Amino acid sequence: MRRIDLVGFAAGAIAAHPMRSALTSLGVVIGVAAVVMMTSIGLGAQQRVTSAIGGLGSNLLIVSPGASRGPGGGFVSQGAGSGMSLNEGDAEAIAAQVESVAAVAPAVRGGAQLVADGANWSTRVEGVTPDYLVARDLTIASGRMFDENEARQGRKVIVIGQTVANELFGEEADPIGKRIRVRSVPFEVIGVLASKGQSGFGQDQDDIVLGPLQAVRSRVVGRRVKGDDVQTIYVKAASADDLDRVQEDLSNLLRERHRIRPGQEDDFSVQNMASIMEAMQASVKTFTGLLAAVAAVSLVVGGVGIMNIMLVAVTERTREIGLRMAVGARRQDVLFQFALEAVTLSVIGGAIGLLIGIGGGVLMARLGDWPVAIAGWSIPVSLGFSLLVGLVFGAYPSWRAARLDPIEALRRE
Amino acid sequence: MIEIRDLEKIYQMGEERVAALAGVSLTIDRGEHVAIIGPSGSGKSSLMNILGGLDRPTRGVYRFEGDDVGEMDDDALADFRNRRIGFVFQSFQLLPRLSALQNVELPMVYAGLPPTERRARAAAMLERVGLGSRMGHRPTQLSGGQQQRVAIARALANAPDLLLADEPTGALDTATGEEVLALFRQLNAEGLTIVIVTHDLEVAAAADRRVTFRDGLIVSDDKGADR
Repeated sequence: MRRIDLVGFAAGAIAAHPMRSALTSLGVVIGVAAVVMMTSIGLGAQQRVTSAIGGLGSNLLIVSPGASRGPGGGFVSQGAGSGMSLNEGDAEAIAAQVESVAAVAPAVRGGAQLVADGANWSTRVEGVTPDYLVARDLTIASGRMFDENEARQGRKVIVIGQTVANELFGEEADPIGKRIRVRSVPFEVIGVLASKGQSGFGQDQDDIVLGPLQAVRSRVVGRRVKGDDVQTIYVKAASADDLDRVQEDLSNLLRERHRIRPGQEDDFSVQNMASIMEAMQASVKTFTGLLAAVAAVSLVVGGVGIMNIMLVAVTERTREIGLRMAVGARRQDVLFQFALEAVTLSVIGGAIGLLIGIGGGVLMARLGDWPVAIAGWSIPVSLGFSLLVGLVFGAYPSWRAARLDPIEALRRE
Repeated sequence: MIEIRDLEKIYQMGEERVAALAGVSLTIDRGEHVAIIGPSGSGKSSLMNILGGLDRPTRGVYRFEGDDVGEMDDDALADFRNRRIGFVFQSFQLLPRLSALQNVELPMVYAGLPPTERRARAAAMLERVGLGSRMGHRPTQLSGGQQQRVAIARALANAPDLLLADEPTGALDTATGEEVLALFRQLNAEGLTIVIVTHDLEVAAAADRRVTFRDGLIVSDDKGADR
């Protein structure tokens, strides 16, 4: 027979019982919709983690004073009484002696009240070197960054973020050349940073002021940071492959400079953004996998539903099967007819489930402000899986149909 | 056309072995109109199942136009039923979801005919059995006699060599039963070989030859034409 005619048989059988067919598919609909939604949520979370950490700068190592708590890196504790253990000399040494370093940026920071043209704004002020832009993957939208000379001379110039510009001068005005009093010390605005929007952690990354390291340390941060101490050194490796080696080299260098004997604990800590990202992504992936596995269980339940109904159909249609065999259907024709019916039911269910899953994902993203990203691969994968479910759970009923004895089947009431 | 020698069909019923056919030899020529008669359990249904390729003999030879049907595998038997045999059953065995036309098309679907061709042939077959105006009707919308004529049209769809009818009038009243038998005689007159299995002697009387079975054996073979 022509295989195409099997499609007509399957469609006819499905259309003969629309309600039953719909309910049979429902299990697969729910299963696929759940899998698609769960993986979308997982992927969304993964992308949020990536953008959160990637927003800090790529290939970035963050060196902070004080020992890290615990073996896994993580967040830094200022060791009691340890004071500042990093200074500009450390930064210069890293830049000079560690290979494959793209940028080294020592930094201090403090909060400050800004006043300009009668407007007030309280924000975070960072004292940095020009390399900071490279290290943190920042760009200037208008004006310019201060250079090494200006930084060294303690010139009172600043580069401001978009939010600060808007709050102090309004959206329209050009802030270049304007004066801002930072803790009553007047600074001249020479540049505006390109907007980076919200960070993955929900922070406004444009609510920031960058000033030369010296000036900020002495005028803004105040006594907390003395001499040429710094609070952070940002180190950008030339490439992701260099990251681990750069981390090791700079740790060794700093231990040497700080005269830490072997076996003694570091008085600084290095956070490797790549490894933190890896760890967080791995946990998100595990989480996603778990969710998808739970969802997949409902897909299996849907498959069992299909098997159940197909077994009923084979029993109901025993005489039909006998007649088909009597007029010339081969066993495989009967096998394929029922298998195709099962597969059609589950693939239609899969397609509907896919649409519902995507729709649900979009809805969650809209209403719940939950990061949702629909993976392109979820379309072929979910359709493929529903096909597989139809094949697996349709196999036994179809086999039963094909094994029937035509004489017995024709005699069945 | 049909040659049967020492045919046996033995069923295993628990411990007991029951011989439905206990060594039957029979020859049927092309163009014959044969009635196989006998009480239930006489082996006539077993013979029909084997003749139609629905079952295989336990022992013995069944040749159809020289082909050894008893040795065929499942697929070959399916093709044999499809192309060489037309079945007519007591209970019509029409598929209730399908129209008369689609029911007649069914054997041609398994023969691999393209839709336009099989539709045209199915329509021609229905015209021939006098149901040209009922093609789109479902079996439930047709009378018993009409349903049996649809079944006959289906049996003729692939131009078989042999029409096998199992109690074709058993579910019909006398008048419609007569119509069906008249149709058989007409088909036989056009050259079709027909074998009817029945326990009804009036039906058997319509045939040219009556083969009587009892306890798995042929007890009489009456070739005397009473027409």
